Amino acid sequence: MTFLDSVTPTAGSTPSGTAPLTTTLGKALTAGLRRAMQDDDRVVLLGEDVGALGGVFRITEGLQSEFGTQRVVDTPLAESAIIGTAIGLAIRGYRPVCEIQFDGFIYPAFDQIVSQLAKMRARSGGRVTLPVVIRVPVGGGIGAVEHHSESNEAYFAHTAGLRVVSCADPGDAYRLIRAAIASDDPVIFYEPKRRYWDKGAVDLDAAPASLDRARVLRHGRDVTLVAHGPTVKTALAAAEAAAEDGFSVGVVDLRTLSPLDMDTLKQCAQTTGRMVVVHEASTFLGIGAEIAAAITEACFHMLEAPLLRVGSYNLPYPPAKVEDDFLPGVDRVLDAIDRALKF
Amino acid sequence: MSLARRLDHEALALQRQGELGLWLPCWGQEAAQVGSVSALQDTDYVFPSYREHAAALVRGISPTELLTQWRGATHAGWDPKNYNFHFYSLVLGTQTLHATGYAMGAVLDGGDQVVAAYFGDGAASQGDVSEAFNWAAAQNLPVLFFCQNNQWAISTPTSLQYRTPVHERAAGFGVRSFYVDGNDALAVHAVTTEAADIVRRGEGPALVEAVTFRMAGHSTSDDPTKYRAPEELAAWEAKDPVKRLRTLLEATARTRRGSPPSRRRSKSSDWRCDAPAGPSKPPSSTISSIRRTRIRTAS
Ligand SMILES: Cc1ncc(C[n+]2csc(CCOP(=O)(O)OP(=O)(O)O)c2C)c(N)n1
Ligand SMILES: [Mg+2]
Repeated sequence: MTFLDSVTPTAGSTPSGTAPLTTTLGKALTAGLRRAMQDDDRVVLLGEDVGALGGVFRITEGLQSEFGTQRVVDTPLAESAIIGTAIGLAIRGYRPVCEIQFDGFIYPAFDQIVSQLAKMRARSGGRVTLPVVIRVPVGGGIGAVEHHSESNEAYFAHTAGLRVVSCADPGDAYRLIRAAIASDDPVIFYEPKRRYWDKGAVDLDAAPASLDRARVLRHGRDVTLVAHGPTVKTALAAAEAAAEDGFSVGVVDLRTLSPLDMDTLKQCAQTTGRMVVVHEASTFLGIGAEIAAAITEACFHMLEAPLLRVGSYNLPYPPAKVEDDFLPGVDRVLDAIDRALKF
Repeated sequence: MSLARRLDHEALALQRQGELGLWLPCWGQEAAQVGSVSALQDTDYVFPSYREHAAALVRGISPTELLTQWRGATHAGWDPKNYNFHFYSLVLGTQTLHATGYAMGAVLDGGDQVVAAYFGDGAASQGDVSEAFNWAAAQNLPVLFFCQNNQWAISTPTSLQYRTPVHERAAGFGVRSFYVDGNDALAVHAVTTEAADIVRRGEGPALVEAVTFRMAGHSTSDDPTKYRAPEELAAWEAKDPVKRLRTLLEATARTRRGSPPSRRRSKSSDWRCDAPAGPSKPPSSTISSIRRTRIRTAS
């Protein structure tokens, strides 16, 4: 069998029906991919084991039998080649969506992403756009072995020419993946693997999300928590706990790490005067450091306390038995809220 | 080989009981591993991939040491220097370049050490593996590449992985290549001995591609029924390397039937006891450095 010996697609189910569906984040992504493939037949999926198996997290489950082996391609085991060929497909007019099996396996493709994918649009004076999406199951918390729990968003957010998107819940994941595929810029699309099985409402008729806007999930008067991906749920739980102690804590889901929605962040910082950024990655030179610097520059006089960061430690990700001590949980967020309030 | 088969059974059970986070069985590949590693000298250094449990057992690594990594207590279960057997590598193909560099050191240090690198049919698609072939050939390094072609890379069959088999590709880089029935322990041993001799004589790198089959799932998280036909498994079950060797030994009347199984059973009950009792937390060094950082870090 080769990639050209096409498996005949079976008729696909059409989306729609007005009632929102309750499903998992993983299944919401599958629905988003299916919808994007139905809407545009230049959308193709590439990755290791994405076909019959549906990917190790089953995000592409059923899509190969629905769309055929030419549009859902089981690739050789070579990440640099997956991104390199996706670039070629995009130059040719396709919209490839690549799956990197785990966060820790994106590094073999680093050169293709940073030197080729990110730069080609600018290098060509805008003549060549590369609408490539790279889906990455990210982060820890599932008891995985080494190299399967990394949070590497800062590398890519630091690279001009890439959009970096991080989804947090099923409904928004569905809207963000469709927006990412529709974008003419290359997108690194992070999927919080420990939240794949979390359920939520998904409106299949909702328009694709904006790739430039954060979401305010909870308004607060005392402190704003800023989170993305897996820590959005942590931040919401911390805000709830703080409310029991009488504090009004807001939560912003960044959604897009590059570009950062500074307007929303500034508004929230001005309202509460205190801000805590929560992410799974190490705080050292992380997204939180950039937000702290940018907000301090933009609204220094409105702040009641320095921006605080809650993240993991500047260490290689530890063995699974201690990951609960390594990952920032609700308690560490509450400690930071206390410190911001006492300042 | 029987010990490895038994270890796979025990480890699968321990994973289902929640004692291990993950296990990647070597079931079906025992002949390829035992046949090859036993053709090396103890002083030869081995860079395994992550499924080389049978080879590790031959080198004296204990089942308990093998299991700790998969309990999530450490990233590396043994001290490589004690066994001339590096710890497992999870980023596919990277170890072939590590072996190539180690071989450069071996040449600089003098002597006739062979450095073996194990990898799979899927990993062979990684650029690192091609770079290792080329580098080792260009510098005439003492690397023995050992590819276990077990037909699958998770759900991806070799027909989707490549057009030119690994041994032909390696030959194109100038690596002397051999192709062997990986389920025949004696054939693997003979061919690996020949290949290792070439490498040891300083004639440059060699590669052995052993044709075998991954009889269990890729890992305890895998569901091979989603992509693999039962007939394929049945066809390979008929070529089970452990049964083949037993049949041969029985036919040549050199077997002492009865004693090995009972020894195996008593050993496996030791592992069952050891595994849950083994470290449930990483060594204190890991924990204390985390704690130190926590005190130093603002949050
Ligand atoms: C660079 C990299 N990409 C992806 C993976 C995820 N992964 C782990 S094992 C595997 C299949 C490997 O197949 P093969 O090399 O044939 O070895 P086998 O598992 O059959 O022993 C994949 C895709 C990985 N570990 N490293
Ligand atoms: Mg394989």
